[in-house]
Formats: sequence, C-alpha cells, structure tokens
Amino acid sequence: MSGDHQTLALLLFSAFIAVTLGITTWVSRNRHGSAEEFYAGGRLFSPMENGFAIAGDYMSAASFLGISGLIALFGYDGMLYSVGFLVAWLVVLLLVAELVRNCGRFTLADVVAARMAERPVRIAAGTSSVTVSVLYLVAQMVGAGSLVALLLGGTSGAARSWTVIGVGALMVVYVSLGGMRATTWIQIVKAVLLMAGTVVLTVLVLVHFHGNVNELLNSAADRSGHGKEFLSPGLRYGGGWTARIDFISLGLALVLGTAGLPHILSRFYTVPTARAARRSVVWSIGLIGSFYLMTIVLGFGAAALVGSADVRESNPAGNTAVPLLAMVLGGGDGSTGGTILFAVVAAVAFATILAVVAGITLASSASVAHDLYASLKRPGSRQRSEVTVARVAAAGIGVVAIGLGLLAQDLNVAFLVGLAFAVAASANLPVLLYSLFWRNFTTRGAVWSVYGGLIPAVLLVVLSPVVSGSPSSLFPGVDFQVFPLENPGLVSIPLGFLAGWAGTVTANEPPDAAKHAEIEVRALTGAGAV
Amino acid sequence: MEKEAGRESAAVRLDDPWDDAPAPGWEEPEGAEGSTPAPVPGRAAPRGGHSAADIYLDVQRSEAFQEVRRRYRRFVVPATIAFFVWYLAYVVTAVAAPGLMARPVAGAVNVAMVVGLGQFLTTFLLTGAYARHARLRRDRAALDLRWETQEMTRGAGR
Repeated sequence: MSGDHQTLALLLFSAFIAVTLGITTWVSRNRHGSAEEFYAGGRLFSPMENGFAIAGDYMSAASFLGISGLIALFGYDGMLYSVGFLVAWLVVLLLVAELVRNCGRFTLADVVAARMAERPVRIAAGTSSVTVSVLYLVAQMVGAGSLVALLLGGTSGAARSWTVIGVGALMVVYVSLGGMRATTWIQIVKAVLLMAGTVVLTVLVLVHFHGNVNELLNSAADRSGHGKEFLSPGLRYGGGWTARIDFISLGLALVLGTAGLPHILSRFYTVPTARAARRSVVWSIGLIGSFYLMTIVLGFGAAALVGSADVRESNPAGNTAVPLLAMVLGGGDGSTGGTILFAVVAAVAFATILAVVAGITLASSASVAHDLYASLKRPGSRQRSEVTVARVAAAGIGVVAIGLGLLAQDLNVAFLVGLAFAVAASANLPVLLYSLFWRNFTTRGAVWSVYGGLIPAVLLVVLSPVVSGSPSSLFPGVDFQVFPLENPGLVSIPLGFLAGWAGTVTANEPPDAAKHAEIEVRALTGAGAV
Repeated sequence: MEKEAGRESAAVRLDDPWDDAPAPGWEEPEGAEGSTPAPVPGRAAPRGGHSAADIYLDVQRSEAFQEVRRRYRRFVVPATIAFFVWYLAYVVTAVAAPGLMARPVAGAVNVAMVVGLGQFLTTFLLTGAYARHARLRRDRAALDLRWETQEMTRGAGR
C-alpha cells in the first residue's frame, strides 16, 4: 500500500480527533460535575438529536466493517445480522424506551431498584451491565486494530497494539472530561459522517452496476467462488445441525439483545420526556434501517468488486472488506480517487469506533459508580462524589478493554458483538421486562434472573469453540470446549427468564402491590419522572 | 387547558421545561383516528389515600388509567407477538428449508432476499403505526394523568 493514503487517512483522522476534543472542551466549560449532567447531559437533547446519537451509538464498527465483511465472505448468511440488528429496535420501541425513560434515572438498575430491595438488585444489574459493556468494547477495539493493520500495511503488530491503546486513552479523555453531553455530540457528528460515507459508497456501487441490482448480485455470486449458493442461506450456517442451531441462537440474541444494552438504555435519559424518547427511537429506526440496507449493498458490492478471496486474504474475518471496496470504487490501488476514498472510509470507520467506545465507556462507568460503588461502599467510609468515581471507573474500564482487545485481535467484529448481545439478552432483558410488566415479580426473582442469565451466558461462551478447541479460537492450543454452539443465546436467554420466574415463585416475601402500582402508573403516564 | 396553572407551578419540580406532549388541537388534524381520547374525568382518581403509595394504588385502579393501559396493551401485545413470530419464522426457515429460500423469484433475487427485505419493510411500517397510535390514542390521556397524579403526590407526605 502506498504512503499517500496513509498520510491522508491519518490527516483526516487527526482532524476528527481535533474536532471531537474541541467539542469535549467546549461542552465541559463552566459545567458543574453533577450526576444529572455527567450521566444524562442535562436531559435536554431534542428527539432528533438523540435519534442521531442513538444511531451513532448503535451503528458500530461491527456494523460498518463486520457485517459487510461477513456478507462479502458468506453472502446471504451475513444478512441475518442486518435484519436482526434492525428488528431488535421494535422490542426497544414497543416495550422498553418510553417505560424506561419514565421509571429510571441513569441506568438499567434504576428501573429494577424502583420496586425491589435496592442493594442486591443494583449489584446484580450493575455487574451484568459492566460485563456486557466490556464484551462490546472488546469488539470495537478489535475493529480498530484490524483497520490500522490495513492502513499501515499490516506489517507491524506493534502499530496495531498502539492503536488499541491510543483509542482506549482517547475515549477515557472524552468520557471523563465531557460526560454525556460531549459523548452525545460526538455520536451525532459521527452518525452524520458515517451515514454520508455509507451513502456515497452505496451510490458508487450502484452506479458501477448501472443501478442493476441483478447484475450486482450475479457478479457477487460469480466472484465469491460459490456461485448461486452465495445468494441463499447456508454458506456459513448450513453444515451440520450444530451450525444451524447456532444460526437460530444468533438470531435470537440479536433481536433480544439491543433492549438490554446499557449504553442504549442510558440514551433515553438524555431527553426530557417519554414521548421524546419514543420520537428519538423512531428517528433512530429510520436512520439505522437505511444504514443496514446499505451495508447489504456494500457487502455484496465488496464480493463483486474486490472478490471474496482478496477480502479473506486481507483479513481472515472480513473486517476490511469495506475499505478495500472503497479503494476499488475510487479507481484501484495507486490511483488518486482510490487513495482518497480509502482514506475517507478508514477515517470514518475510525471515528465510528472512537464514538461507540466513548458511549459504552460512559454507560459502564455509570453502572460502576451509580450502581456498584453506591451499593458496595461501606456506610462509614469517606464520601466521594459519585461523578468522581465514574471518572475513575472510565479509566479502569478503558484498561480492561485495551487488554482484552489486544487478546482477541483475529475474531470477526460482528461476531464478537453477537456475543455481547447474547449476554445482554440473557442477563438484562428478562429482569427489565419482568420489572415493567409482571405484577408478582420479587427481589429474589430479579436477582436470580440477572445471575441466571449472566452466568450461563458467560460460562457457555468460555466453554464454546470461540475460546478453545478449534484452530480459529482465542486459545487454539488448548481444548476445554464442551458446548457446541458459538453463540449461547438459545440456551442462556430462556435460562434468564426461567431463573426470574423460579426466583419469584420460591420467594418468601409477598409481592409488593403498592410498588407495582407505582411503577406501572409511572411507566405509562410519566408521573414523578425526573 | 384547565391544568395550565398546576403545570406552571409544578414546572420547576418536574424538570420538564419543554412539555413535549401535545396540547389539544394543534398536534393532529381534527377527525383523525381516535380524536376522542380516553374519557379522562376532571378527577379521575379518587383522593382517598394519604400516602404516595395509596395514591399510586388509587390511580392504578382508576378508570382513566385502566383505559390508557388497555390501549397500550391492545396495541403492543399483538404487535410484539406478530413481529417476533414473523422474525423467528424467517430465521428458522433459513436453516430448516434452505431449498425454499433459494428458489428464484426474479433474476438473481430469491425468496430469501425478498423475505429479508420484507423484514425491513414490516419494521418500518410497524414503527410508523406504533408512533401514530401512541400519539393519537395515548399521549393526551397519559399526560392528564401525569399532572393529576403529581398534584396528588405533592400534597401527600411521602
């Protein structure tokens, strides 16, 4: 790869960093470090702003790089991610967004703690939120690593590692200095950049095929080396029954996971009312839906124009399909157009990673400070401000994510996100839905449902082929693989719901009718919402 | 709107300076679906209780609240079941009947593609339908209940 596009991409990326750091300092001037300000940005964003920010939080490197890469490699089977990631928003819109906005203050645990014994519930929900966030962060870090490997020629592992470290450090700066307000603006800027970049590439792909989708699909099938099979299900998940069940498991995790993602839930608190929360979700569904439609075009475009073999050669997991596609669309390696387009796409993808990483870090630092620290600190201990704890937590989470990100460099980004979704759907969604809708739900049920989803989900991942026992796993040398599926969702999500039910029916405490009345009235009317 | 005074005095405490919910008469053209919202009587909830907990129980039992909840559930329950079944059917068919999914429809486009894009379409349609339903059938009644409940809880010793 020539030096030109490296320079240009680095220049563009530096510009983005400069702009976002500018936003952070501008936003954080004259701000008092109140929790309201730090976690929720003062709650005064408009639905449109928040809609863009939600889309920015959600359209991660996994979507932009990972999904297109999976489609470029496996054709139709990659499309499941696009569909699942979008349909999941119906769960958020119909069952979660407005009610959570009305009942909570900053985190998922707020909603549950509103009607349960506070301490155990906060510790449980806080733990699971941090786990989900760290898994999700690792995926973003891996995306950053593979992007830089491509940008710098893939030669030095050191460059890759330094990128991961640099991204981690930057995000800590954004989050601890700017809080939610800066993070939201960074998301908005990034969402606009990403949408613009995706639209340009999609138009170029369609123009290249003279608007003929048929031709696009046929050339994709031809150059993939799989022929017609490329366009129908089964290439990745078609083999034995394990692979097929894995597909269903992934599909379930994708559709149920979104509503349990802590960084998505915390976005609803940045608008003043439930109605505004609903309208932000409608905005974000529009943006996210069009974005995922375009990633399908980009994935098949990469298969058709770059070729599956070349994509795989550049990155075995397919994470670099879109930058390679941009290079070809601009005129190929060495041409001016190719250089510019490649640099732009790389910079956009990088901006995406930074923004998403900031959003997740903020949400998980809120879980640590607002839920875990507030519940675990000894009553007599010196009172520290919660926001100070959150700032320190952001740094700690950054270090953990950097470490794991360096470990997991060769896994597909979209796939890693699929795991994070499975854990979110197993540990966070059951307790949230039960708290909002089940009259007889009890504290024991809440605690059981969180751990009953979290522990199996994490354990099954550890025992799965992702971690050991196959050449492509995290530790290829050892084999303690017991569980056959790569995605634990099919088992762990029902377990989460089952555990919540079991905990409730075996509890000695009677269900608290008054608390249920309060949460139901508050959820549906907004009475007493902050 | 007769709640104006109460709302203004409550504004600081509510931290809801935008009042994002619709006032009657300007959000939607008259004659739209459900232009007569829930029967919200001036005092929907009886003022029997003294503590906040009693008030929430009273509001929960009130006809106005039951109507809001009924309207929410009547839309959300069937809609959730419908899209979830439709999505699961899509996922399961992909692995259970790949032959069916691979059947060509037009040119290179096969059944799998059409169903996948169909998921996008139904998601957009359902989003629109839900937003419309909530705006026309639920928002106004819910907002009235919100102010009433807050008025009552403010009086009660928490």
